[in-house]
Amino acid sequence: MTALLMRDLALAIRAGGGFGLGLAFFLIVTVLVPFGVGPDPALLSRIAPGILWVGALLACLLSLDRLLALDWEDGSLDLLATAPLPLEGMLSVKALSHWIVTGLPLVLAAPVLGVLLNLPGPGYLWLTVSLALGTPALSVIGTFGAALTVGLKRGGLLLSLLVLPLYVPTLIFGAEVARRGAEGLDVATPLLMLAGISAGVIALLPFASAAVLRVNLR
Amino acid sequence: MSLWEYANPKKFLATSERVLPFFWVSAGLCLVVGLVWGFFFTPDDFRQGSTVKIIYLHVPSAMMAINAWVMMLLASLIWLIRRHHVSALAARAAAPVGVVMTLIALVTGAIWGQPMWGTWWAWDPRLTSFLILFLFYLGYVALWEAIENPDTAADLTSVLCLVGSVFAVLSRYAVNFWNQGLHQGATLSLDKEENISDVFYFPLLVCIAGFVLLFIALVLYRTGTEIRARRIKALRLRERAAA
Repeated sequence: MTALLMRDLALAIRAGGGFGLGLAFFLIVTVLVPFGVGPDPALLSRIAPGILWVGALLACLLSLDRLLALDWEDGSLDLLATAPLPLEGMLSVKALSHWIVTGLPLVLAAPVLGVLLNLPGPGYLWLTVSLALGTPALSVIGTFGAALTVGLKRGGLLLSLLVLPLYVPTLIFGAEVARRGAEGLDVATPLLMLAGISAGVIALLPFASAAVLRVNLR
Repeated sequence: MSLWEYANPKKFLATSERVLPFFWVSAGLCLVVGLVWGFFFTPDDFRQGSTVKIIYLHVPSAMMAINAWVMMLLASLIWLIRRHHVSALAARAAAPVGVVMTLIALVTGAIWGQPMWGTWWAWDPRLTSFLILFLFYLGYVALWEAIENPDTAADLTSVLCLVGSVFAVLSRYAVNFWNQGLHQGATLSLDKEENISDVFYFPLLVCIAGFVLLFIALVLYRTGTEIRARRIKALRLRERAAA
């Protein structure tokens, strides 16, 4: 498993695998929002948590179609499937490497971008915490979507259509944590719900992903 | 004689053809009676005026939008467990009907909401979760269309339906948490002392029965069409192989 993780990470970082791409996309979305809604600081600080969450979600989505498609094209997915490592474990590692490459940089960059959007003081901590808890769920759900559409010629758009509705609960609770944090309210309830969704998704969804990948590799 | 006999496409076609006329006629009858009764022979509500009458379309279609998804969920489970093709095709046939039901519920709700709430749309939990349900339907139908191999498509959409159901329920509770409601509570429930007044209640029941019958008829009909389409495809392939 470690070998697979190292391989995926090396591929992503070295060969122009889009390591910084999600991050750059996140930056651009955040920069574009003030152009769209106007530079009013009060308005920006009110919508900042939501904008940052939606931006992170879209950045996650962007790199999903490469998650399995590249391995599918050059045949290494078949080799991975016949390897002694169970398919569930293989997909969990894939999701983990996707999170390290995409989710983790977003979590680290979000407070910096929060400055651009005039995020209120206490919001920084809770924004970072909510993204750190929520982005793993985004990666795991995304892996399910990628496994569903891996054999398709034009899977990209379909992938978004399938995955985005599945992101709704994570987004709601994640953005709620960040919003309440920014307004100085109690964050316990949405935070627990968010953590619960992440834990449940990480524990259960790899089985569904492996089931659909088996069908696709048949 | 068991239910599983209808897993045989031939048996299914024969029986569904025999019962279909009954379903068409009774669905039409219920809808005509219910809607005419509801639209022309019930009094206006003392506060809502005649807009109350949209209930005869709104409530049944919303119920069927949810029930269609439940039916797809059951059919998907049957396909995954027992591998009956008719079941997978029935799930496929039900999806577009569910899409239309969801749309009817959303549109009639908007038309009613404009004079009553003063807005076409509000980010109310019920409205929002219906919109999300609509998105789930779209994804499901799109996945069916995208995959060429029918067995692969049936497998993948079935798993999507199972996973989607869990997430649809999650979303339902998440949006409840996320925003306060504007939509009124349930109009009909079995355990309440008083539902809406009987004048509106009975035509509504007839309309609901009409929608249920219409749904059954449409799904049976569309499943039959899918079976025939697949049979034609198989015959064409055989012809080409023989030539």
